[in-house]
Amino acid sequence: MQAPGNKTSPLAATLGGGALPGWAPYGVVAGSVLFAAALLLATGTFSVALLLAGATLVSCLAIYVWSRSVEGGRRAFDRLATFAIAAAFALALVPLLSLLFEVVKRGLPGLNLEFLTESARGVVGGGGAAHAIVGTVVITAVAAIISVPIGIMAAIYLTEYGGGRLRKALTFFVDVMTGIPSIVAGLFAFALFAIFLGPGIRLGVMGSVALSVLMIPIVIRSSEEVLKIVPNDLREAAYALGTPKWKTIVKVVLPTALAGLVTGVMIAVARIVGETAPLLVTTGVVDSINSNPFEGRMQNLAVYAYSEYRTPGVMKEASYDRAWAAALTLIAIVMILNLVARLIYRRYRTEIR
Amino acid sequence: MQGVAGTTRAEPEMPPADVRKPAPPASPDAAGETGGRSRAKRIEARNVDLYYGEFHAVEKASVTIEPNKVTALIGSSGCGKTTFLRSLNRMHELTPGARVEGDISLDGQDIYAPGIDPVQVRRLVGMVFQSPNPFPTMSVYENVAAGLTLNGSRVKKSEKDEIVERSLRGAHLWNEVKDRLDRPGSGLSGGQQQRLCIARAIAVEPEVLLMDEPCSALDPVATLAIEDLVRELKNRFTIVIVTHNMQQAARASDVTAFFNLEETGKPGRLIEIGPTETIFTSPSEKATEDYVSGRFG
Repeated sequence: MQAPGNKTSPLAATLGGGALPGWAPYGVVAGSVLFAAALLLATGTFSVALLLAGATLVSCLAIYVWSRSVEGGRRAFDRLATFAIAAAFALALVPLLSLLFEVVKRGLPGLNLEFLTESARGVVGGGGAAHAIVGTVVITAVAAIISVPIGIMAAIYLTEYGGGRLRKALTFFVDVMTGIPSIVAGLFAFALFAIFLGPGIRLGVMGSVALSVLMIPIVIRSSEEVLKIVPNDLREAAYALGTPKWKTIVKVVLPTALAGLVTGVMIAVARIVGETAPLLVTTGVVDSINSNPFEGRMQNLAVYAYSEYRTPGVMKEASYDRAWAAALTLIAIVMILNLVARLIYRRYRTEIR
Repeated sequence: MQGVAGTTRAEPEMPPADVRKPAPPASPDAAGETGGRSRAKRIEARNVDLYYGEFHAVEKASVTIEPNKVTALIGSSGCGKTTFLRSLNRMHELTPGARVEGDISLDGQDIYAPGIDPVQVRRLVGMVFQSPNPFPTMSVYENVAAGLTLNGSRVKKSEKDEIVERSLRGAHLWNEVKDRLDRPGSGLSGGQQQRLCIARAIAVEPEVLLMDEPCSALDPVATLAIEDLVRELKNRFTIVIVTHNMQQAARASDVTAFFNLEETGKPGRLIEIGPTETIFTSPSEKATEDYVSGRFG
């Protein structure tokens, strides 16, 4: 096989080889789509899903055959693999993008000032979700206040101090906790408070306790990973200066790991902010704004979306709109938290050489 | 340049850190940069056995580290010189399962006696490591002052400024960093980072300075700079330096101790210790002679 434009030396022939033109992959994809579309229309079985599947198959086959004849087996396989991986990636993105699209399309109309600022108190067929937004923020904040110190201190114990059996047992239980279904966490919080305060009680803080059961193992896991990455020679440098162990941890290890710890906490918060089941059982459903977690029921966005859909008011459409808007708000909150986490990470991360 | 002679302590106990006076201001002498009273002390190690769990790493080592001298520990890789060094400031025991047997005393006080706080020992016996390890979250200034802030000594800002400048001058780094004291410590070159670590170690005015292959990660120019520095610092401190570079030991040290392994798996032993010149020109043990003349190892 002779490369175009090369001198005909044996080495050039071995090293060189044909190459597909730069537009080849895109041309193949375009061609396959047309081909598959034509085929499907001709047989009368046209549908978008079949078109996409057919086009993917045809383009993989086509690029392999074409590349093999021009470039050789190895590069042909390389191109085939590239196509397959790109297709898999696109496939993985489809549900995410379609979900985002749906929520934005249906939620945007309901997202207005009334929605964001008014509660549903005493309202028939109107009102907003301010009480739910406040509730979500308060419940999540209290859950974070409970989980973050416990989680980070446990992670410090596991990395800096833990020895032998206790450490293995702890790691095992943390792993188990990451798999607890959220409703179970909710029922735990419900039962716990029922023991002390009698059944039938509904408090914002109960929801926070349930959420922190879910949050703590995530915080422990991610903090442990981040603390392990701190190089040991930093600790040794501190010890060599005559620093006690606790001070080394507080003043050297934790600041070095700070960016990673914050990211881990943000990820844990993003995970629990949309949990519905535990909050249904613990915080109840209510229409007015309640910002005191220790008193009375508290509404939150997840449960609000559920209840607006389940028990729509007089004006069904408006309720559905509000449910979608609540879902959109939840996604927006998670997105903002993730962005904040990234910014904090980039600003404060320390280049460890 | 010799500074004012060090204070003699009435009793050989470790003073708690908050009782120690901050070091007096540097007395400017002809060199202008390294004055200060000598705090050096002698270390005596007798029949020291070092273990990692069941593994016997160093067997029956007896070494005297003389004050205001540079003692070099040489030997092939794995013969226990770093392990021995780390036992001198109670860092060996930080490895899980590690233990120390035998006597190690600092100016007559057994540093492994019950009731002796290892943290206090480490304030008197400082260490510089093989790869430079400045604290990445701290600026140059904060790195040098780290010994003071992490020890919790209440030092006024003006005194701290002065100690930082004196330590950086002592480490021959002042001119290079005086305009960038607030920038991160990790932004310097390798040789500069190592000198920063040395400045950090001497800022707390230890009595002994241990250096574990301080130049092995540096280029020859930086290496020579550090060796010159060591020669000056010995006027203020006692220095023990581990090196696998024999020329460095010959150049920079006053006393040399040669460690060796019979074979892998056996513990390392101290073969011979003596004035550097003797060890390198007319050693008494054949193993020493073989090693220094490059016949093996």
